[in-house]
Amino acid sequence: MKQIPAPLWTLTIGVIVTLVSLWVGFNNDWLPEQASAQSVLVDNFFNVMVVIGTALFLVVEGTIVYCMVQFRRRKGDDTDGLAIDGNLPLEAFWTAIPAVIVIGLGIYSVQIFQDMGGFAPGDQVHEHGTRLAQASTAPLGDLTAAEVDEALLAQSVYGIGAPLDKEGQAADLEVNVAGMQYAWIFTYPNSGIVDGELHVPVNADVKLNISANDVIHSFWVPQFRLKQDAIPGKETELRFVATKPGTYPVVCAELCGGYHGAMRTQVIVHSPSEFNNWLEQRTAQAETGTAETVAINPADLTDADYLAPYGKAAGVESHLLAHLSD
Amino acid sequence: MAQANITGEMIGNSFPHPDKWKWYHYFTFNVDHKVIGIQYLVSAFFFYLVGGAMALVMRAELATPSSDLVDPNFYNALLTNHGTIMIFLWIVPGAIGGFGNYLVPLMIGARDMAFPKLNALAFWITVPAGLLIVGSFFFGGAQSGWTSYPPLSLITANTAQSMWILAIVCAGTSSILGALNFIITIWKMRVPSMGWNDMPLFCWAILATSLLALFSTPVLAAGLVLLLFDINFGTSFFRPENGGDVVMYQHLFWFYSHPAVYLMILPIFGIMSEVIPVHARKPIFGYKAIAYSSLTICIIGLFVWVHHMFTSGTPPWMRMFFTVSTLIVAVPTGVKIFSWVATLWGGKIRYTSAMLFAIGLLAMFVFGGLSGVTLGTAPVDIHVHDTYYVVAHFHYVLFGGSVFGIYAGLYHWFPKITGRMLNEPLGKVHFILTFIGTNLTFLPMHELGLKGMPRRVAMYDPQFQYINIICTIGAFVLGLSILPFLINAIWSWSNGPKASGNPWNAKTLEWTTDSPPIIENWDVLPVMTEGPYAYGEEPAEVSS
Repeated sequence: MKQIPAPLWTLTIGVIVTLVSLWVGFNNDWLPEQASAQSVLVDNFFNVMVVIGTALFLVVEGTIVYCMVQFRRRKGDDTDGLAIDGNLPLEAFWTAIPAVIVIGLGIYSVQIFQDMGGFAPGDQVHEHGTRLAQASTAPLGDLTAAEVDEALLAQSVYGIGAPLDKEGQAADLEVNVAGMQYAWIFTYPNSGIVDGELHVPVNADVKLNISANDVIHSFWVPQFRLKQDAIPGKETELRFVATKPGTYPVVCAELCGGYHGAMRTQVIVHSPSEFNNWLEQRTAQAETGTAETVAINPADLTDADYLAPYGKAAGVESHLLAHLSD
Repeated sequence: MAQANITGEMIGNSFPHPDKWKWYHYFTFNVDHKVIGIQYLVSAFFFYLVGGAMALVMRAELATPSSDLVDPNFYNALLTNHGTIMIFLWIVPGAIGGFGNYLVPLMIGARDMAFPKLNALAFWITVPAGLLIVGSFFFGGAQSGWTSYPPLSLITANTAQSMWILAIVCAGTSSILGALNFIITIWKMRVPSMGWNDMPLFCWAILATSLLALFSTPVLAAGLVLLLFDINFGTSFFRPENGGDVVMYQHLFWFYSHPAVYLMILPIFGIMSEVIPVHARKPIFGYKAIAYSSLTICIIGLFVWVHHMFTSGTPPWMRMFFTVSTLIVAVPTGVKIFSWVATLWGGKIRYTSAMLFAIGLLAMFVFGGLSGVTLGTAPVDIHVHDTYYVVAHFHYVLFGGSVFGIYAGLYHWFPKITGRMLNEPLGKVHFILTFIGTNLTFLPMHELGLKGMPRRVAMYDPQFQYINIICTIGAFVLGLSILPFLINAIWSWSNGPKASGNPWNAKTLEWTTDSPPIIENWDVLPVMTEGPYAYGEEPAEVSS
């Protein structure tokens, strides 16, 4: 029988490994559905790494299995193997190739990170539309004291900010998110609505200002591929565009106590008209239901008193609210 | 008489001792490095069983989505102490303290470590660490994760948390003392015929590990002592309500605890480089590349810690800098993997239990390394951080890696340590069960994390139950897999067939003495006549 030449083997294996890797990379069903602009970016990046990873996995594991079969000790053979203790070109090759791959991935991840808005957290927008984050690079002496404070604050906000094409623009909707053991409280500063679930319109540029009342929590929406810790004493933010109407879980991802696993709620992505209906309905509720308390300065109330009217709507039980007054 | 006077050149008794250690000597402040090595290995294995039992309770809890087996606070105590025990009382003392102490002097031709009393002290400091961890359960157990992030760690189970901190400080002190001892021993006490590049790769790995431990452990100790002060003495280093900074703690913690990952894997890499050539009957491929890549990993490993904090209070430049530095670690790690695969190529592989565990490690570490690259990039990590994807990844490198490596080492050196051979068929049953159990437990966890299940939860979304049941079954297979090993080790230690001085026909110096070695290792110190991996060659050609 005629021996198949080695280059042909290599070529065949190379083609098969490439095809399998590409198929695994772009047909895997490992990630949840994509519901934000960022999720598409993250998934593409992840899948590129899956392609490269699958190829490397197949080649290395294939070589291990081949060695295990081909170079097993045959019965009665007590001699040693070949006395090869190195090969400089080969070693240079397998140092250089991974180096090139990881440098490529590094550059690619910077690109993805920028597209996600990773370089623009704390990109505060002034009323006149001037960016304070930019102003802070100018000598602080030109600014008033209040502006200096604001500028310095703008530098120390962490998270995901505006995507590249929206840098310097205000978000369409801002929501304040507070994490506490074991619930999320969402406050809409423009309308005064407080809720235990996050409602946002689809295709709107939403900015979450995240804070924590007691311990560290982490705001995560798997379908958005976005996560940001809520840190006591620090300001963090997440800015995203939800691209698909629906209901998605909001999960706490940082150990926050015994009931950490139960700290789950939902984000509901509405169509714009649905969202306006919700907004009007909740605003009306707030006006009729708590007419008297509107006149009270919230700062005079304890957190528990302040939140009590919203407790039911927020799905927060009173014993959890009691934590706030501790 | 000063212990530092015991040098490699010294022949004869340097301290009074009986001809042979009795069983009770193993429970005393003994300065013999081999006794200390066994003390470390046996006590570490005991804690492995304790930590493993905790994992089984957690997996049983996770068989159902609701919290119905144990109290959720106790669940948090289990997950905290499972991690703590496996890291600080099993892998680190087992791999570094156990194998390091037993093997380094034997491999370099020394009669003992440079500072035998310091060595014994280092072991005995780990005893209060273990007692404190066990004792903390009488106070509810520390419940804030092995990371113990404030403010949670400041307000939860204060007594248990303080005991936990003291335990880690003890374990860390032991690690620092051990590291000093290894560095001096390897540097100063090699037999004169052994140059740096004739040194077995296990010693290179222990040297790199020790340097890393020496640089990073004090930082953890500092962070934890500040935490202890915050809990007990009214300071506010990490209390945000008084201006403390919780993110500062995370930096202090991870500056040590990322290198801790390398503390747990570098010695295992060393074990791999010893086991594979012996049982493949080939010289190690790329000796210098493997030796220096340990040092490279140890240096780069000091500059990657922020990848544990990508979703924390971390500025953009830091997220990007640490993405790139993390990815670079893949290069020296890849060099090692490829070198071991190349060592198999053209060998005459003997499928001993030690070799099976070594090849099993190789297969799984490749996978854990690749998932690690995806985790190391900030864009993907933002999604999967603190999920089961992370749990899956680090169990592939720490269970599929470190634990498999310790088993490979135990099968390989058991004859040297005890003078008895282990039973091979039982060893193979052990390997097969462990390999299946590991993959069944940890492979499905990748999908759990990607799909949206966070880690450290006692209750979870019911849509994840199916995959969780698979993981739980796998965990119980793993639990079962311990039995053949325990039976094998206990029975063989007293009744196994007697081992010759060199049952694997290996070339490193520890095989030139009896099994088990006499108290000061050799009557006459050995001389290196050939390289440590001179397989497949006529010894005469090399020594000429």
